[in-house]
Amino acid sequence: MVGYKIKKGILYVLLVILAISCLLPFMLMVVNSTRSGAEISTSFTLMPSNHLVENWEIMSGYFNLFRGMLNSLLVAVPATLLGAYFSALTAYGLAMYKFKGNKVIFMAILIFMMIPGQLSLIGFYQLCTKLHLVNSYIPLIIPAIASPGTVFFLRQYILSSLSNSLVEAARIDGAHELYSFHKIVMPIISPALATMGIMGFIGNWNSYLLPMIILNKNEKFTLPVMMATLRASLDMVRNQGATYLAVTISVVPILFVFCFFSKYIISSISAGAVKE
Amino acid sequence: MFKNRRKLTAYNNWGYFFVAPFVIVFLIFSVYPVLRTLYLSFTDLKVMGDAKFIWFANYKRVFTDKFFWKALGNTLRIWGVNIVLQLGLAFLLMMVFSDVKYKMSGLPVFRVLYYLPNLIAATSVAFLFNTLLDWRYGTFNIMISQIYKLFGARYSPVDWLGNVSTAGHTIAVIQSWMWFGNSFIMLMAGVQGISKDYFEAAAIDGAGRWTIFGKITLPLIRPIMMYVAITSLIGGLQMFDLPFLMSNAASASYGSIQTVMMYLYKFAFTAGTIQTGFASAIAYALFLIILSASLIQLKIFNRKE
Repeated sequence: MVGYKIKKGILYVLLVILAISCLLPFMLMVVNSTRSGAEISTSFTLMPSNHLVENWEIMSGYFNLFRGMLNSLLVAVPATLLGAYFSALTAYGLAMYKFKGNKVIFMAILIFMMIPGQLSLIGFYQLCTKLHLVNSYIPLIIPAIASPGTVFFLRQYILSSLSNSLVEAARIDGAHELYSFHKIVMPIISPALATMGIMGFIGNWNSYLLPMIILNKNEKFTLPVMMATLRASLDMVRNQGATYLAVTISVVPILFVFCFFSKYIISSISAGAVKE
Repeated sequence: MFKNRRKLTAYNNWGYFFVAPFVIVFLIFSVYPVLRTLYLSFTDLKVMGDAKFIWFANYKRVFTDKFFWKALGNTLRIWGVNIVLQLGLAFLLMMVFSDVKYKMSGLPVFRVLYYLPNLIAATSVAFLFNTLLDWRYGTFNIMISQIYKLFGARYSPVDWLGNVSTAGHTIAVIQSWMWFGNSFIMLMAGVQGISKDYFEAAAIDGAGRWTIFGKITLPLIRPIMMYVAITSLIGGLQMFDLPFLMSNAASASYGSIQTVMMYLYKFAFTAGTIQTGFASAIAYALFLIILSASLIQLKIFNRKE
């Protein structure tokens, strides 16, 4: 029995060590953003120093991180909302109505869920050039309307959680189809919508390759693209503290979202695994 | 009766209305680009100008290009180390948390902590580790040298991302650090989906914990393990963000961490080296490789069953 307790204790210690290894880089990031470049380069500590303001000023000299954050919001918020709304609309249409082409669309969704993104990348860029959409946020927002993965997930959810009789009762009462969708269907599927919405937001907020290809003006850069330009400026090696501060600021909004919605995020990953 | 059916058909016609926005955007921004890339892969388009149809010449060039094979080898090597660490760790954690003898608690908290690195944008992760791992001024090397000092030894700093021998592994470790929590949550979801009755029945029959793990847990989460393995292969073969952001074209290690996607990026979007037709062929070649790898994986998993 004693051996059992000791073994269990050892397991907990190992789990905590692993948790610390997940947190340590973030702790170093926060601490280092208050230390000067010289301090960071010579010693290691987890005690904060008093160079935060100085680092802030150095960082502001390189770029306007809040501009990047605003740009990211301008892309991620509309893309998330449009994606959630139109995916729900499509999923409901596929789940509830029998019409010609329904099966074809569903097959296309399944196929495109499996096609890797790089197949469309070059054609997508060419299309944007042709339509004069380079440096516009439209190619980063509008395609969210057609998100095969989200439609698939919501369709399964509607089929399992929405009973036909509810909608039929509304029909007998003379409700318009769109009215039923907004007032009956949307509230019922709202947990699934929240899950998909949060994952969509994080995906859009963190997206790097596509914005980097579509945007080439500094003032249009989203946060990840702006962060990546840090790499080019070699001076930053001397200004380590400032770079840590920049990373910290870029990470905070996502940590904030995570604090409130971790339940939804975990459940969406779990759902992704068991949907098979 | 007849009237009713007509009414139902009228209702069903609403389906077109509901799916119309999706279909329009889908055709323009998903289907067209994929087909356009396919068409371009058969042409000799460089940056601009007229494209001449050259059949399979680009594909022939891709499959005989030693840099393509080198990039594929790099991708597979980084992915291989990554997947062993990532799935291995996730699997061990799943064993610990599903163990019937120890009944570990605290899963909700640990799950959230382990998932944390996956939330952060790859650009931020890359930049954080670029700075932490800087060989002269980075905190990581300074940490190690302080530990060495404690024991009276001298540590000569390692250039983790600059050395050919360490760069790929370093990126693989960071990639695993980012993704093991995700895999762990998926595996745990599988374990929690198993009906409690199985475990209880096995306990009544006097089955030991290893028997329970081997005969109940393992077979029942096999589909999820397959799902995790296949999605990570598809994602892994398209690896781009981390190696792209953590490498430097001027450094010695560049040739050992250039992935297929980085090679594609060079010909598709880097000014001066753009060869759109060739890049499109790389995209489709990679797709064919991903497709056959997934099919092989499926076969292997199904045969064991």
